Amino acid sequence: MTALSDRLAEIKAEGRAALIGYLPVGYPSVKGSIAAMVAMVEAGVDAVEVGIPYSDPVLDGPVIQRAAEAALASGTRVSDAFLAVRAVVDAGAPAVVMSYYNPMLQYGLERFATDLAAAGGSGGITPDLTPDVGEAWIAAATARGLDRIFLVAPSSTPERLHMTVAATTGFVYAASLMGVTGERTAVGGAAERLVARARDAGAPAVCVGLGVSTGAQAAQVAAYADGVIVGSAFVRPLLDAAEPEAGIEALKVKVAELAAGVRGRA
Amino acid sequence: MTDSLQAAPGPFFGEFGGRFVPEALMAALDELTDAYEKARIDPSFREELDRLGRDYSGRPSIVTEIPRFARHCGGARVFLKREDLNHTGSHKINNVLGQALLTKRIGKSRVIAETGAGQHGVATATAAALMDLECTVYMGQEDTERQALNVARMRLLGATVVPVLSGSRTLKDAINEAYRDWVANVDTTNYVFGTAAGPHPFPAMVRDFQRVIGVEARAQMLARGALPDAVIACVGGGSNAIGIFDAFLDDASVRLVGCEAAGDGVETGRHASAISGGRPGVLHGSQSYVLQDADGQTQPSHSISAGLDYPGVGPQHAWLAALGRAEYWAITDAEAMEAFRLLCRTEGIIPAIESAHALAGAMKLGVELGSSATILVNLSGRGDKDVETAGKYFALLPEPTS
Ligand SMILES: Cc1ncc(COP(=O)(O)O)c(C=O)c1O
Repeated sequence: MTALSDRLAEIKAEGRAALIGYLPVGYPSVKGSIAAMVAMVEAGVDAVEVGIPYSDPVLDGPVIQRAAEAALASGTRVSDAFLAVRAVVDAGAPAVVMSYYNPMLQYGLERFATDLAAAGGSGGITPDLTPDVGEAWIAAATARGLDRIFLVAPSSTPERLHMTVAATTGFVYAASLMGVTGERTAVGGAAERLVARARDAGAPAVCVGLGVSTGAQAAQVAAYADGVIVGSAFVRPLLDAAEPEAGIEALKVKVAELAAGVRGRA
Repeated sequence: MTDSLQAAPGPFFGEFGGRFVPEALMAALDELTDAYEKARIDPSFREELDRLGRDYSGRPSIVTEIPRFARHCGGARVFLKREDLNHTGSHKINNVLGQALLTKRIGKSRVIAETGAGQHGVATATAAALMDLECTVYMGQEDTERQALNVARMRLLGATVVPVLSGSRTLKDAINEAYRDWVANVDTTNYVFGTAAGPHPFPAMVRDFQRVIGVEARAQMLARGALPDAVIACVGGGSNAIGIFDAFLDDASVRLVGCEAAGDGVETGRHASAISGGRPGVLHGSQSYVLQDADGQTQPSHSISAGLDYPGVGPQHAWLAALGRAEYWAITDAEAMEAFRLLCRTEGIIPAIESAHALAGAMKLGVELGSSATILVNLSGRGDKDVETAGKYFALLPEPTS
């Protein structure tokens, strides 16, 4: 069991859903992103997804794209993610990385898993790597006791859903809708149906991501999922802020709103 | 197991290829693969595609011997496979007609496409108009400015052209944006991919739709006496090259040469030669050679030819290179433009700048092989779209008055 799985189990025992916050490392700077992640933990996220910026993020909408582009333009490296993981873990929350496949592949899957485990990370989320082509990553992660977290989508066929759930540890990441990351005005019914399908396929924990951006939406999703994953809505205050400190203050307010939401207090 | 390299089915070509995409797209790619597997063995699909080739795009394309140009190729005999004469001006239409027909078969009403130079976008808009499909084309903002005439062409044909503002604002970002559209609209929309790259089934399917080039050319060369000693083509993503190579893959005596764009020269770092100057990696859904930095971030490519200006290459080419069955050369902007100028002057044919990379390769290959050799060049497209670029390059445009 990883720190992440333990934490999810504790939260479940509390009778609520977890709040998982995503931020890309390197925006507005490596130091600034780490400060923002630690601030998220202090403001109430239960776990952090450390995003690794990538030049060709096909599953991301404009908000995360902009932050990732800026992070790369200022020289952010893959290895910076492990500094962020360490800082989050030291702040008391489990951390996972979220990375497109090629940066992991070029870093070396074995080396990536080793450095992630050494930093205290719990696992990795791979938006463009599915278990059927993910053998090498699964082996590298398993050998170091890391969770490998795969996505399911409303379009997943029953066969693929079973295959993905069987290969996943930690939690199954349920994409709430057919689309890319970004804030949405409503979380549709597809998410609830997908969570039920993943549970039926044997998933012990299912967290919902894509599109959740308000406390009310978080409360709604928390009623049926084990966790709520929030990305763009947490990146937005950092993008909109005139200076980094103001961004972190606005981020904390947003985190508090969502943290109340997963406790059913939206 | 057969020993034939022809029509390799994928998803993997040796260690290359595969399908590295978000789970959300897997069902659509499986559906497309299924539909394609059925269509390829369905005589009525073949007949329909053959009919469109014959009555709409102008197949078979002719083969032209070019003796005056050949004097600059060590005296070898040189033949052109004239894909430039196809409707819409390049080989791209062969693939698009196949994928548009398939779109109809799977009951979708909308197609999306990426385009760099605009040739694939124009071909897709054309097929969409012909088959009554709604069409959206993504094009990097930089390319919409460089290729404004093709933007107008697509709009005349009824397509919506979306300038892409993300990333480097070029072809690779247009592909990213098309994927994002596809994830969100997959119920109604099919992605008509423009080259023999991307996730399975695209590399194999696009090759199969382009295969007609080599099948025709092989028979046309045999009818003139013998197989050529070498077949040469330009390589962007690799669809025209694999299209002409496939029928010759099992002819051990035929040398196969792909010409990637070397821009200012591979050694300068400003180039688009994924095989000569890149490393294995995953980009846009498959494992192949990629221009990338140490962290796996895609690096911008450079070429005077917008159609070759792409930091990746199709996985079957990566495999043929690894097997040693085909070789891949890097041709600079300057070499390509010299061959461009020569073909215009010696044969009265204005080639696409993409295709001029293959012509430049033929000039080197002819010198190497000598006057007894026969070389077949795939002239993948015509140069109408490149008149402005070439006019600037050779300083032929009238001075602006005032
Ligand atoms: C005339 C022509 N040739 C070649 C290419 C390169 O594509 P591919 O390598 O897929 O043949 C293009 C692409 O736009 C083109 O327009």
